[in-house]
Amino acid sequence: MAAAPETIDQLRSVTDEKYKYGFVTDIDADVAPKGLSEDIVRFISAKKGEPEWLLEWRLKAYRAWLEMESPEWAKLKIAPIDYQDAYYYSAPKIGDGPKSLDEVDPKILETYEKLGIPLKEQEWLAGVAVDAVFDSVSVATTYKARLEQEGIIFCSISDAVKNHPDLVRKYIGSVVPYTDNYFATLNSAVFTDGSFVYIPKGVRSPMELSTYFRINAQNTGQFERTLIIAEEGSYVSYLEGCTAPQRDENQLHAAVVELVALDDAEIKYSTVQNWYPGDENGVGGIYNFVTKRAACRGKNSKVSWTQVETGSAITWKYPSCILQGDNSVGEFYSVAITNNCQQADTGTKMIHLGRNTRSTIISKGISAGRADNTYRGLVRIQPKAEGARNYTQCDSLLIGDKCGAHTVPYIESRNPSAKVEHEATTARISEDQLFYCRQRGLSEEDAVSLIVNGFCREVMQHLPMEFAVEAQKLVGISLEGSVG
Amino acid sequence: MALLEIRNLHVTVENKPILKGIDLAIDKGEVHAIMGPNGAGKSTLSYVIAGRDGYEVTDGQILFDGRDLHELEPDERACAGLFLAFQYPVEIPGVTNTTFLKTALNSLRKSRGEGELDAMQFLKFVREKAKPLGIGDDMLKRAVNVGFSGGEKKRNEILQLAVLEPMLAVLDETDSGLDIDALKIVAEGVNMLRGPDNATLLITHYQRLLDYIVPDRVHVLADGRIVKSGGKELALELEAKGYAQFSGAEAA
Repeated sequence: MAAAPETIDQLRSVTDEKYKYGFVTDIDADVAPKGLSEDIVRFISAKKGEPEWLLEWRLKAYRAWLEMESPEWAKLKIAPIDYQDAYYYSAPKIGDGPKSLDEVDPKILETYEKLGIPLKEQEWLAGVAVDAVFDSVSVATTYKARLEQEGIIFCSISDAVKNHPDLVRKYIGSVVPYTDNYFATLNSAVFTDGSFVYIPKGVRSPMELSTYFRINAQNTGQFERTLIIAEEGSYVSYLEGCTAPQRDENQLHAAVVELVALDDAEIKYSTVQNWYPGDENGVGGIYNFVTKRAACRGKNSKVSWTQVETGSAITWKYPSCILQGDNSVGEFYSVAITNNCQQADTGTKMIHLGRNTRSTIISKGISAGRADNTYRGLVRIQPKAEGARNYTQCDSLLIGDKCGAHTVPYIESRNPSAKVEHEATTARISEDQLFYCRQRGLSEEDAVSLIVNGFCREVMQHLPMEFAVEAQKLVGISLEGSVG
Repeated sequence: MALLEIRNLHVTVENKPILKGIDLAIDKGEVHAIMGPNGAGKSTLSYVIAGRDGYEVTDGQILFDGRDLHELEPDERACAGLFLAFQYPVEIPGVTNTTFLKTALNSLRKSRGEGELDAMQFLKFVREKAKPLGIGDDMLKRAVNVGFSGGEKKRNEILQLAVLEPMLAVLDETDSGLDIDALKIVAEGVNMLRGPDNATLLITHYQRLLDYIVPDRVHVLADGRIVKSGGKELALELEAKGYAQFSGAEAA
């Protein structure tokens, strides 16, 4: 990608900082008592002024969660998590919530500016609308008016519950039911905020929609829930970015994202995940347990997941597509980088139900330091998925001799007409390549960044322009100190 | 003062002595050729000048433009104006030739305190450099050396040389694997870059490259030592008589 040299400049400008988003914003917050109980669930629901049906749904989820056990099947070493030793709700004190950007606490605006996400519309990249989620609540959403002209709803999920309850009620939990898995169930009980997007029939969103998640408060979990509905023939590209302060204790992030694509609709969902990864000895960092799933319900619908995962101490994440509509298409493009003591177990699930459904999986895992990086993916062809096609390519790159790369593909085909391909490679970053780049004047870290960005190119080129440069820069930063 | 001055250079690779006391001085404006049989230490000399890991200098020193290279990392040597055209250019999948060249050039410019070229300025610049080498936009857009033929790889090295404009270019067996047409293109490229402020060190096994790039001095390297030096006619003599006359040294 042509942006790489710019990338390297930016990389240079931050090489002294290991994790430049590690600062804390000092702000008054409205915090729920520590711990998790039915009372806390009621507290969150009451804080948000939710209708009875949603409280009931949360309570059902909470009761189901009490009966569940944390999954053990991933290749992750996780210290036991004390769910009673965390706060489940923390909101910056903003009275009844800001009516406009002028009412948002300047300290919060400053925080986002430091993160490179100015929330004042005129300063932000033209053509990107942003929903900013700070700890448990959405603090600002930009370009609402412009989007409303098109009939697009882009707001926090809390606002959607208030203003569009029928839509929320119809679709929430319809892709990821509240009983789905341990972390999704926990999220269903205590989710605090997140984004809501509704694209009406036949509308192409005129701009990229984006949510920027920021964990600030100490000992606080972030449980956001995002719901995107693309009606017949509509199109939206949605971006998500994440950062958190640098702290010695682990913090929990358990999000749920549900996408629904109806006939001929297309959703492009991109993530650049850069939660605090912990220090080089594995102290601190975010535990990132995320359930992301898309239902391609309509015929000819398409969902494309692109993720660049560079942060978090632990990443447990499998953005998936249920290809229900005939001719529907699912794509998964992933870069996962683990350095130092980071662990990632990530991949996708492509469930082919409809006829002539197609899926593509391109996964690039980069492992450095003492990190472990696992691709885990499922391709399932159901009996009625006549003519289904899948192509999977998993490439792993190792830097140094103390890290691990693992590929665990599950392939289940119940239809003889289906074609499923899987290719996998594992390589080491070569001393020849490094020397060649350095002989041309690149520092060792710039050389690693360039080589790894080349390795990831097939994935990076699926990112929207606005994110591509940031993502390339992150690749370099997250691999600092991995050679030499 | 010579641009490159090598004094009594001893180098071991995995504890095995390869270079056993090299003395060599190259002035600005000169082209020197180092010839020698396989295993004489020619590539070792090029790598040790460029600063590759695994080549241990046990005695002597290399001065480049008055600086002791021993203190400098490979990228610092490149920024100081040293270029090595590789015998086996390395593939870098996913990184386009243009991106690679632009990144490299801007690294060098930055180290010299010069402003960086933006994408448009660079494209114009690189096209001018690429044209005489028969390198078109398609080759600039391809990933560095990936799927290149032997001749394309060597031309690509010369393109990098032309873009980076070093003070000293070391060409390690740049003629190997080239047919006569490709050899001429490469040689013309090198000749075009010759100037009063730079110098070239050609490392080659065969004399034929020297028909096209005429050296000021020719040195014969055998068994880790320069056993004979002379003018361009020495190359012809070697062509006629072969390296057998130095085989006594080579047998060691």
